[in-house]
Amino acid sequence: MTKRFGVVLVSHVEELAYGAYKLVKESATETPLTYAGGTDDGAIGSSFDKIMQAVEENEADYLYAFYDLGSAKMTLEMVSEMSEKSVEIVDCAFIEGAYTASVLINGGNDKQAIDDQLAPLKIK
Amino acid sequence: MTLTAKQTRAWLLNFSNKIHDNKQYLSDLDQAIGDGDHGSNMSRGVTAVEAAITDESLEKASDVMKKAAMAMVSKVGGASGPLYGSAFLEMAKVIDNEAIARVIAAGLDGIKKRGKAEVEDKTMVDMWAPVVDALQDGRLSVEAIEEAKAQTKPLKAKKGRASYLNERSIGHLDPGAVSSSYLFIALLEEVEVND
Ligand SMILES: Nc1ncnc2c1ncn2[C@@H]1O[C@H](COP(=O)(O)OP(=O)(O)OP(=O)(O)O)[C@@H](O)[C@H]1O
Ligand SMILES: [Mg+2]
Repeated sequence: MTKRFGVVLVSHVEELAYGAYKLVKESATETPLTYAGGTDDGAIGSSFDKIMQAVEENEADYLYAFYDLGSAKMTLEMVSEMSEKSVEIVDCAFIEGAYTASVLINGGNDKQAIDDQLAPLKIK
Repeated sequence: MTLTAKQTRAWLLNFSNKIHDNKQYLSDLDQAIGDGDHGSNMSRGVTAVEAAITDESLEKASDVMKKAAMAMVSKVGGASGPLYGSAFLEMAKVIDNEAIARVIAAGLDGIKKRGKAEVEDKTMVDMWAPVVDALQDGRLSVEAIEEAKAQTKPLKAKKGRASYLNERSIGHLDPGAVSSSYLFIALLEEVEVND
């Protein structure tokens, strides 16, 4: 089992991030998977600190990051610029993209195979 | 002329007051075409800015600006956090050495780089861009700022939450352009910018 690749889930809502995590984890049991949802005080929005923590606590060094809306992406970008880790922010449908990447990582696929299957899920 | 740490602090504290005074108004504007949190987001952000910049040992304008940037990034919780944060970070890079027009231009570049919005997408870019032009010509005024603000009303949003409304975003002021107008009115009040 490789720990090279991992997945980070970022949503505006804590329950949504956790829900996506649960859904993905059921199939991708071995994939390093972390999530961040909502603001520091649990309201709807994005938290730089929570996202940074999800990135740092993930066991993998190369992370595919999935997000729901606007500020989740922009805050992820700021985190990726300030973190030591490589964070690839993927413009895919949130759940489908995260699920796809996670099960492929779980199956030990290489980057090319993961990227090829994410490509048709891109929404921008 | 470049800004001192003292002027930068006074400018940001004045901005902060204007945000607190207009918190409800900014959220009401955002309720019409977004999610109704712009006032509370900004107010949370500038409260953190106040705490971060009071430290008198910050000697350079860039030190003050950098602190303010990180406070906005960490505490706003909405799109305006990374956007103001990126603006302030880019401004911090040049504020000790360049005139104010160049400083605001650097901030505008930071916003565009972060949010990928252009002029007329109905975002805060539509406040920052005309302000940069006015500063370059030495004619920034409250009237020019109010005019730029009013011009966001007929636009259709192409970025941010309001863009999901498409046509229905027309006829409302952009909340981020309005909060940015306070930044520039505060600048006019604290610094002689047109000389
Ligand atoms: N991509 C963007 N580029 C430039 N400005 C933007 C962009 N997206 C949003 N904005 C500005 O941010 C303002 C809204 O800020 P606010 O703090 O309410 O964030 P939000 O839209 O609620 O965040 P979220 O993305 O979490 O929903 C808008 O009025 C607009 O001026
Ligand atoms: Mg909002």
